Amino acid sequence: MPSRRLVLLLMFLCLLLLASINLAITLGPVEISSATTWRIAYSEALRLFGLDSPVGEWTVAQYNIVWRIRFPRVLLAALVGSALAVVGVTMQAMVRNPLADPYLLGVSSGASVGAVSVLAWGAFAFAGGHALSLGAFLGAALACALVYRVAGIHGHLSAARLILGGVAVGYFLSGLTSLMTLTSDQRELARSALSWMLGSVAGAQWSHLGLPSLALLVCALGLFSQSRALDALLLGDETAATLGVDAVRIRRALFLIASFLTGIMVAVSGAIGFIGLMVPHAARMLIGSGHRRVLPVSALVGAIFLIWVDVVARIAFQPVEVPVGVITALLGGPFFVWLLCRHGRTPGMRA
Amino acid sequence: MRLETDGLRWEKAARRIVDEVSLHVAPGEFVGLIGPNGSGKSSLLRMIYRVLRPSAGWVALDGQSVWRLSARENARRMAVLAQENDGEFDFSVREMVSMGRTPHQAFLAQEHAEDRQAVAAALLRVGVAHLAERSFLTLSGGEKQRVLIARALAQEARVLVLDEPTNHLDVYHQFEIMTLIRGLKVSVIAALHELNLAAHYCDRLYLIDAGRLVAHGPPVEVLTPGIIRAVYRVRAEVALHPVTRKPGIHFLPDEAAGPPA
Repeated sequence: MPSRRLVLLLMFLCLLLLASINLAITLGPVEISSATTWRIAYSEALRLFGLDSPVGEWTVAQYNIVWRIRFPRVLLAALVGSALAVVGVTMQAMVRNPLADPYLLGVSSGASVGAVSVLAWGAFAFAGGHALSLGAFLGAALACALVYRVAGIHGHLSAARLILGGVAVGYFLSGLTSLMTLTSDQRELARSALSWMLGSVAGAQWSHLGLPSLALLVCALGLFSQSRALDALLLGDETAATLGVDAVRIRRALFLIASFLTGIMVAVSGAIGFIGLMVPHAARMLIGSGHRRVLPVSALVGAIFLIWVDVVARIAFQPVEVPVGVITALLGGPFFVWLLCRHGRTPGMRA
Repeated sequence: MRLETDGLRWEKAARRIVDEVSLHVAPGEFVGLIGPNGSGKSSLLRMIYRVLRPSAGWVALDGQSVWRLSARENARRMAVLAQENDGEFDFSVREMVSMGRTPHQAFLAQEHAEDRQAVAAALLRVGVAHLAERSFLTLSGGEKQRVLIARALAQEARVLVLDEPTNHLDVYHQFEIMTLIRGLKVSVIAALHELNLAAHYCDRLYLIDAGRLVAHGPPVEVLTPGIIRAVYRVRAEVALHPVTRKPGIHFLPDEAAGPPA
């Protein structure tokens, strides 16, 4: 029974995710044992509920590394990886093409423009602490709409136009980000803009996690509830319509979800590329194209994947730490080429 | 279920693609829609299956306008095999067929036992149960059409609209698909290219040319040498087959058709 296989796979992935979080926290220039990690987490959890925490058998340095640095960082990597994979699935259904990815189609660059304009000019000040997320969301929505127009969603959407349109929009918006950064009189901006363009989860704080986790939860559940409609959408608008699915309305919702999630994630981690391309592809190879399977599997695989890519980014080039987006680009580029070469009948490229 | 259209018209760039077409399909009837390339068959069907809003006229199922119904309500009454390419995404045959259950499921609905039964029954009925776990993309043309018919069956619609269901199929599979469709006991309207297939399987035919209805009736009345020559610009002889009692058309392309009589 395939659905039992799915349940087993999901359970396995959940365990793998927990194990990955655990391992990723212990790994680093300062080795910290699992036991210490979980004792610290346990005492923090008790404190959260106002209970007395046991006296620690750990040093202040260990506490700081585990609780203030690595825990939020690893969890942020998991969240962002999960969300970007979900955005990939969403955009692929939206444009009916398995090559869609928020980074490749310039949506992440749009979010960066939005975020940087908040930093450079104080745009959207009325949104207070969420100005950055709001700016990134609007930037992402703008880029998404532009690519949609350029690729000509009406009539047959060709893969070539989609990718070229995405690249053009992405370059333009990256140029805009650079221009705003270089002409701004704020010195801090150059540094943070760089991390937005490269994508990094370094410097994550607990306070960064709230909004992204809520956004991911709401969007993922919303998408999951519509998984049949998403399946129908992959067959084309007319077929979807004859199966009772309002393609235009669903697509509008997907557009909002993709822009929203991309914006929220770029605001905390910058533009990390190719997760939305690689992870859903792997998920489909594992369990087929049905969204009831692809969505949860992609969300879990995305989380696990980005945790480990970030571990590599942290410790492979010691003493230098590289932004995680650099590693995903190094993996994603060849992956894309592999997709193009495979069989000569790569999904999505029969334009 | 009775399907009816009245005065259907569709205009694009001031050109009438479909012009005042009124037709009906009685419950359980198999009606063929024939006509040369570009005569407006597909546009007419698209209006019937409610993805193209007519410039004028209406389409009704049992007297109720399809545009009064939601897409979902409509999908429970009418299933469609369009010519749309079915995409690059890899669904299993079972997944493909279970998509026919989409209009029957409420928001957030799990797949019920009833849905699984409908899917299993549909797979059996068209003889593709053994392909259930195969990938749809790897199937042959005939198998794909059978799976799509199974999807329409799972949809439990009582009207079936088909746009050239035998396109790209070899002779054996053409007959197989047409026999299958005829045996479904639902109202069928199918755009057909192959006149002999239309003559053999359909209860009645509508012939359209340049968007207008030019002839309708039983195959013997529509497929006459005179009409074929006028509309298709090819000479043809028509003879009733002694065994099947169906008209068979022989084309005589080497003899000049001359101006339409």
